[in-house]
Amino acid sequence: MINYDLVVIGGGPAGMAAALKAEECGVKKIVILERAESLGGILEQCIHTGFGLDYFGEELSGPEYADRFIQLVKKSTVDVKLNTMVLSIDDNKVVTAASSDEGLLKIQAKAIVLAMGCRERPRGALQMAGTRPSGIMTAGTAQRYVNIEGYMPGKKVVILGSGDIGLIMARRMTLEGAEVKVVCEIMPFSGGLTRNIVQCLNDYNIPLKLSTTVVATHGKERLEGVTIAKVDDKMQPIPGTEEYIDCDLLLLSVGLIPENELTKQANIPLDRVTKGAVVNEMRETEKDGIFACGNVLQVHDLVDFVTREAQLAGEGAAKYILGEGPKEKVYINTTPGHGVRYIVPQRINIKSGEDIKLYLRVGAIYKNARLVVEADGKIVSNKKHIKLAPGEMEDVLLPKDVIDGLNQDSKVSVYVEEA
Amino acid sequence: MKKDMICVTCPRGCNITVEYEGTNVISVTGNTCPRGEKYARTEIVNPERNIHSTVKLIGGKNPVVPCKTSSPIPKGKIFDVMKEIDKVTVKAPVKIGDVFIKDVCGTGVDIVCTNNDSGK
Repeated sequence: MINYDLVVIGGGPAGMAAALKAEECGVKKIVILERAESLGGILEQCIHTGFGLDYFGEELSGPEYADRFIQLVKKSTVDVKLNTMVLSIDDNKVVTAASSDEGLLKIQAKAIVLAMGCRERPRGALQMAGTRPSGIMTAGTAQRYVNIEGYMPGKKVVILGSGDIGLIMARRMTLEGAEVKVVCEIMPFSGGLTRNIVQCLNDYNIPLKLSTTVVATHGKERLEGVTIAKVDDKMQPIPGTEEYIDCDLLLLSVGLIPENELTKQANIPLDRVTKGAVVNEMRETEKDGIFACGNVLQVHDLVDFVTREAQLAGEGAAKYILGEGPKEKVYINTTPGHGVRYIVPQRINIKSGEDIKLYLRVGAIYKNARLVVEADGKIVSNKKHIKLAPGEMEDVLLPKDVIDGLNQDSKVSVYVEEA
Repeated sequence: MKKDMICVTCPRGCNITVEYEGTNVISVTGNTCPRGEKYARTEIVNPERNIHSTVKLIGGKNPVVPCKTSSPIPKGKIFDVMKEIDKVTVKAPVKIGDVFIKDVCGTGVDIVCTNNDSGK
């Protein structure tokens, strides 16, 4: 058995920021366990720029953003074990992992930070009719092929789903000489950031068809085409609207799912909407001393926010290890009201004595609407937003003086007040 | 003339309306910060974008290494710049900030390396 104060599972942006913050807060023995052969996580294949505008005030590519933290980790006292896959976490915080260098590892931790990230929703989840030729893959797989392996997976492309990775890949494939015929989105709005629709689709005259999906794939060995169709408001294809499109590559960008197999196996309760753990304001799960941050907790739009969330978790874990956490704990839940799909953190300690930021997503597009924060029937804030969209995470502040006035029966909710 | 556009400077994505004649901007509305006004004016006068790609890498851990424009280039030159990037082959080791092409296509902008590869 090896002993560490803090075990961080995952060496992407979340894991690195959490480990560094914990070190800064005084934790001595920290290890990052990473299953890949290098640190950086998914940023290594995200070679487009736009990372770090918020955190560094600079426009960096994914690998550059990751490198800032990789260099800090190298200079720190944080240990890193690469090629190391965590298999389980038991009730006493013993982490079992398989390492290609060290074999089977058993590590006793005082605290654990879960930072495993997320994965793309696969084709199987879509139940698409048709044959199973090559040339159908997730947008992230194609991103890896093009940006890391250095080859083009197709020449004539259809993209299903308008998530950010799909939009980014529409531009990338176009720049590399492919013809991107259309991006189909089953919803009446895009799930991607507006700026990506502008600079990845509009700039290259790639059409975005809303309320449209792929109903069939064609071809035996290799994809030869797809049939797309309009859908009604129940997302059912409308007969007569089918259109055949000749293509040899279908990319799927239909959502990201936090990778919580370990979390589930450790019996840590999950939120049904975020599919990540239920956490408090320091990102501590309902299991004492186990924290979660980054895309394993909630799928983020921007890595900058992942970094900030991970720093909270790192600080929380440090306080837990050093016995500096709040002396008193009284939890209340945060309640998503009208128009709000979820709130992270799901519960807050009203004895925390600090301002708490609540992060949330709305369920539909709202224009000129207000985001209202209510505590015990009193309005705390009601900021007007020109536009609220499911693809863009919002945050609201719950100030310390409001929190100090709450009791164990208090109700805190956030809802959308439509114009 | 009037043109509606969405600012891409930051993830907020403000809806901006620009009134202009030729390349003479008369008014900019809808932006929520000064960067939005600058973006809108540039979009009318000389739209610019950052681009990124990969170049062939010999002797590296990976067969390619990523690169980007050191600052935005005129939108109309994107495909010319891509052609120049396609011609480049570099040898490992490479590191972030290495200049692969100086003053690409006469833009005054360099193509720089955006990842480290110490070689096999």
